[in-house]
Amino acid sequence: MLERTCIIHTFQEFPSFILRIPQGRFSVAAECVNHAKISESYVTHGLRHSPNFVRQKHSNMIRFNPVVKVSGFARVQSVRLSEKTMAKTAVAHGFLTNIADVTLFIMRVARETFSRRFEFNEFMRQCFQIGNKSLPLISVTGIIMGLVLTIQSRPALIRFGAVTLLPGMVAVSLIREMGPVITALICAGKIGSGMGAELGSMKVTEQIDAMEVSSTNPMRFLVVTRVLAATIMVPLLILYADALGIAGSWVGANLKGDVTFFLFFSQAFSHIRFSDFLPAVIKSFFFGAVIGLVGCYKGYNAGRGTESVGIAANSAVVLASLLVIIVDMIAVQVTDMLF
Amino acid sequence: MKPEQPVTKAEKTPGIIGNEPVIAISKLRKSFGKQEVLHDVSLKLMNGENLVVLGKSGSGKSVLIKCIVRLLFSDGGTVSVFGKNVMTLNDEELSEVRQKIGFLFQSSALYDSMTVRQNLEFPLRRIWRGLSEKNIEDKVHEVLENVGLADALNKMPSQLSGGMRKRISLARTIIVDPLVMLYDEPTTGLDPVTSDEISILINEVQKKYKTSSIIITHDIRCARSTANRIIMLRDGVVYSEGNVTDYEKTTDPVIKSFFQ
Ligand SMILES: Nc1ncnc2c1ncn2[C@@H]1O[C@H](COP(=O)(O)OP(=O)(O)OP(=O)(O)O)[C@@H](O)[C@H]1O
Ligand SMILES: [Mg+2]
Repeated sequence: MLERTCIIHTFQEFPSFILRIPQGRFSVAAECVNHAKISESYVTHGLRHSPNFVRQKHSNMIRFNPVVKVSGFARVQSVRLSEKTMAKTAVAHGFLTNIADVTLFIMRVARETFSRRFEFNEFMRQCFQIGNKSLPLISVTGIIMGLVLTIQSRPALIRFGAVTLLPGMVAVSLIREMGPVITALICAGKIGSGMGAELGSMKVTEQIDAMEVSSTNPMRFLVVTRVLAATIMVPLLILYADALGIAGSWVGANLKGDVTFFLFFSQAFSHIRFSDFLPAVIKSFFFGAVIGLVGCYKGYNAGRGTESVGIAANSAVVLASLLVIIVDMIAVQVTDMLF
Repeated sequence: MKPEQPVTKAEKTPGIIGNEPVIAISKLRKSFGKQEVLHDVSLKLMNGENLVVLGKSGSGKSVLIKCIVRLLFSDGGTVSVFGKNVMTLNDEELSEVRQKIGFLFQSSALYDSMTVRQNLEFPLRRIWRGLSEKNIEDKVHEVLENVGLADALNKMPSQLSGGMRKRISLARTIIVDPLVMLYDEPTTGLDPVTSDEISILINEVQKKYKTSSIIITHDIRCARSTANRIIMLRDGVVYSEGNVTDYEKTTDPVIKSFFQ
């Protein structure tokens, strides 16, 4: 439908406003014209009519057809509605294309993972990189996590008269939830952004193309190795953070009380069941995979030009963090059903 | 001292017979969205020939050679390399074709995370699998000397200047003795002396390994010294074709502005 924007600035009551009306329909203005002193002619059907003509025509219309009064309003609303629909269609289209894109990417990664040649050296290098880069950060966070959790839950446990359960409670909450999620979020920031930026800049500076022409499959060499490395290293980092968290918790417990390390640990572990441990470990593999996949997807599909590197890194972090939380929610539901 | 020449892919491949074109492109079309970059490009690269491609910035020269190795898919027309249409090959066949083609990227495209040595070894280890460490070492030194950067062996790409990167990139391309070389602006950003050296190197590579090359350049000196034939791209088509003297004699203002 052809549309034209008609500017009517003729009203004393209203300063001026813009109506978008379909070509050749000037009845829209009828309702307004009725009250208005039209000071300027305005264009309809591509013709310039005198104000008097317009006024005459519209007062006739209104006299004979009261529906005209509302029709203008309705039409403007419907035009607005169709614009909104268009915008939403575009969003939906983009969203679905993205989903298809991501699915294809994951399928390609899966296919290449089980293909003949595995880039073992690069895989090991990536494992080392991921572990090495994140270790200090994870260590600090792990200890503080345990420490803070202990200090915070102590008063409440005292209130319930259950302070002896402190080590067990902290250990269970660390292992089931706090350790995996917080570590995964940190890894999403550290590893996800690293991958997004690295692959993004390789893409922008044609390094991925260069790899491809020296008969190396960049998907296999760059993406598969990184995704697998993240899938394996993130759970290890999570276990490491859990352990440090419990150690930090012991420090926290000793601030106000006096308990030996061994006693604390044995108390802590006596409350941990296999069913606390296993689901947490399983979900941390998923966290790792999600972080690796998102980082690589964003980097590998970076646009042209240097600014897309930053965009890739940034959106990798955002999406990976979000997905970690969503995966966690799903994992909790599934665990709840199974265990 | 010349290092012992390893058995190369090039030697294993049966020679290309007679005057068959190595690369034959016909009616190639390529657009990005609404922007049509290549409209109808047809050209042939004969065996052992240096073909220089001229053209304004943005005329689609890089796109053209990327289509040859299928880094970009064409929208129409055929691109055949060694008699095979690259657009329809499967991954395995494509990889086989790519192994015989050297591609020098306009942006150098050195791997940032690797040293110069690792950069050079990368294609070597992947294209000629099962080469001894000694051969690899020799080969790396040989090409580095060829481009005059023997002392850069253990540097990272970020420690090199733009021109040095270009030369390392060139070394990385010629290290596997490809049958066909695609040079995307090999001398851009180099001083005249080095750029002449690169031109000489290109000619040497051509003679020594009997390569056929497509050389994209804006550098008329380089074009003069390397070209057997020159084509010019303009508005997505091959605008003109001829040898150096043809181009020098022409009165066409478009070409003249290139060859003042
Ligand atoms: N991957 C791509 N996506 C979108 N547009 C592209 C892409 N690659 C190239 N183009 C466009 O195609 C046109 C030709 O680009 P190309 O890189 O081939 O130019 P060129 O002839 O090599 O120029 P120069 O001499 O500056 O390198 C440019 O307008 C560029 O914007
Ligand atoms: Mg170019």
